[in-house]
Amino acid sequence: MPGGETAAARLERWQKAGGAAAPIITALLAFLVGGLVVLATGSNPIEVYKGIWNGTGLEWFYRVGSFDVTIPFTDTKVWFPWDTGSRAAENLQQTLLLTATLILLGLAVALAFRCGLFNIGIQGQYLLGAYMAVWVGSSFDGMNSFAHITFAVVAAALAGAAWAGIAGILKATVGAHEVISTIMLNWIAIYLGLYLFGQGGPLQNEDQVFSPTSNTVTEGAKLPVFWGDPLLQGLHVGFFLALVALVAFWVIISRTTLGYQMRAVGFNPDAARYGGISVARNYFLAMAIAGVFAGLAGAVDMLGWRFTIGFSDIQSSTWIFVGIAVALLGRNTALGVGLAALVFAALVNGTAARNIPPEVFDIPEQAGNLSTTIQALVILFIGADILILWLWARAGQKIGVGRSSPL
Amino acid sequence: MSNVAATVEPEGIARETIGRGLAYGGIAAGVVAFWVALPPVMTRSPLVPFLIGLVGVALGGAAIWSGAGRRLGGIAIAVAVLGFLLGWLATRSNVEALDTVFVWSALLAATLRAATPLTFAALGGIISERSGVVNIGLEGMLLMGAFFGFLGADKLGSWWAGVLCGIVAGASLALVHAFVSIHLRADQIVSGTAVNFLALGITGYFFIDVYTDQGTPGDVDYTPEITIPGLSEIGFIGDAIGKMNVLIWVALAFVVLAHFLLFRTSIGLRLRSVGEHPKAADTVGISVYGVRYAAVIISGALAGIGGAYLSNGITHSFNENLSAGRGFIALAAVIIGKWRPYYAFLACLLFGFTEALALRLPGAYGEDQAWTTLFRALPYIVTLVVVAGVVGRSIPPAAVGRPYTKQ
Repeated sequence: MPGGETAAARLERWQKAGGAAAPIITALLAFLVGGLVVLATGSNPIEVYKGIWNGTGLEWFYRVGSFDVTIPFTDTKVWFPWDTGSRAAENLQQTLLLTATLILLGLAVALAFRCGLFNIGIQGQYLLGAYMAVWVGSSFDGMNSFAHITFAVVAAALAGAAWAGIAGILKATVGAHEVISTIMLNWIAIYLGLYLFGQGGPLQNEDQVFSPTSNTVTEGAKLPVFWGDPLLQGLHVGFFLALVALVAFWVIISRTTLGYQMRAVGFNPDAARYGGISVARNYFLAMAIAGVFAGLAGAVDMLGWRFTIGFSDIQSSTWIFVGIAVALLGRNTALGVGLAALVFAALVNGTAARNIPPEVFDIPEQAGNLSTTIQALVILFIGADILILWLWARAGQKIGVGRSSPL
Repeated sequence: MSNVAATVEPEGIARETIGRGLAYGGIAAGVVAFWVALPPVMTRSPLVPFLIGLVGVALGGAAIWSGAGRRLGGIAIAVAVLGFLLGWLATRSNVEALDTVFVWSALLAATLRAATPLTFAALGGIISERSGVVNIGLEGMLLMGAFFGFLGADKLGSWWAGVLCGIVAGASLALVHAFVSIHLRADQIVSGTAVNFLALGITGYFFIDVYTDQGTPGDVDYTPEITIPGLSEIGFIGDAIGKMNVLIWVALAFVVLAHFLLFRTSIGLRLRSVGEHPKAADTVGISVYGVRYAAVIISGALAGIGGAYLSNGITHSFNENLSAGRGFIALAAVIIGKWRPYYAFLACLLFGFTEALALRLPGAYGEDQAWTTLFRALPYIVTLVVVAGVVGRSIPPAAVGRPYTKQ
């Protein structure tokens, strides 16, 4: 039909366009409104965003020159177009370090989302993974390094899976809404940690009585650093673990029966049940696998650069919820989560107190709250993607969040 | 349950009634098993709670056997075992400790105090959900109320101005949630999550902006306690409720008012019709959007009062993330309370009691005992267990969580 186009095809084209553009417009809109908040408090938003950008280290990519680079774990030097020792490189290492964590946290939310579950419990699952990693990593001294790391990582993943699995079982058997149960599990995980590593707790570092913290991960259990100075939080191999997790997520969701079943349940649990799929089984498995991802996030942080977990780390662990914004901005796909994790890692790292020039904010910690506000706006605008899509093409598409039991 | 009962013959119904009676007896036995070990009875022999607990287990087993449904009998057995365990724990504690913790009048007063923010938020949740809008943003609205309630009382110099600020702050956040989830038809859970983070970012930002690092001042006009002449002289009742915060009385009045409004007025009927069958309501000329907007904003205002009481009436200070999951506990109370004000208030009392107990128990065992930190997880554990036990029997408004599209 020359010149003609079916309504369905037009809608599909619009949705595709909206699908690619909506997250970008969303993020831009969130930064714009965030800038207005900054303006309202009397600071200059352009200065603030410039400060944030400089802190992300992303400028490293356009500083091209002629440099030498040492191939990791060898002494061989080869030519490289970027300076791997610059300040920007250090900032970029920080950003990528956080990207690895956020990829894993984002996947933990995204996988549950695909099955129609809202996993707001990544905080508790991350913490359980972190507790387990730091305990295994700081015990069993003298073990073979590879075995020790593997042991700690697997134990952390299982701890996260078990914690998320509680919510999964409750959802599958009695229909307890996962939002309430996972939030409660978050708080239980926090107090569990405050007990374990707190004053007089069984896992407290006995040498530091007055600022309670865990024992330090032994040298053998630390993840090898392949870029940057291991003493200055260089980029560790956990980054590759996160990339592998992205691929694993894609394979599970798109290439396995389990993934097909989980998506069917997420799309319409009643229809899935009618089609012979066990909804309960998939709810449980989706939460457990999500817990594996969140537990791994705790493991790579503890074994990669934190090495200890202290009282205040546990108390101020609300940053973990960035994973929700990552999953939503990434539209619960592997590629999307990877890119969104980079965006939010850059935002969080750029707003870290040490990266904000003192003339921008009187109190540098303010930047962190600005970052939280921008994350909230991103989630809000994504929820309201009908607005974005209307701006784009007057065609709406709701993101797929299944509901079943009452809330 | 009811539709199953309707299909069985009369003698089946009689059996079920007997079975239910047995199960409730088992639950009562579990409570008594704990109670006998506390003041004033305070038996010191673990055998007494054991025997009473055993009776409870037997009654629960008999209830299952008689066919009252496995669930209720199972709950009875669980309560009986828990009652025995707690009673046994109490017989192992020293007498003075029990006497300091279980001052029943003081415990009742503390229960009412802790239950009040939950009650305000739960009433808000009921009104919002009865209109068909899920409000998991209650947590953020509590937090907004807590910060701006405190700020208002501090800067404007009177507690009621503070409460007004809390109301406005809670309602403003609710307006965002309302717009995004009603007009933009966003997923209500995603939107609620977004406003929670928004509240975290905004309150955190202004908290640091206004109070820097010094924390909140100590000379604020706190919400006053009212002494009721006559009542305050009557022994136990006087100690418990003779001198109570004005906002606790307001909460009690609101519970009655909300019940009356929902079930005895045409406004309530309209609200419920919009939540049950919006299309029918629309057909008879009720503005679905108008009712939902009003309900969500009122829910934010109520949560705002609860937040203002939390900071300005209980803690007498503000700290980041002060609400600490209370909005979600209130949401659990809404579900457990079957979307009814009186039942939800009872659930809030239960959660308030656990919170009061969690605050007092560590003192009884000595603050230096590390494991007593775990008591602080008690409210969250109890919420998790109760939600798991009750949720399946609780039927939400039919249209809850579904955006309505005007025809």
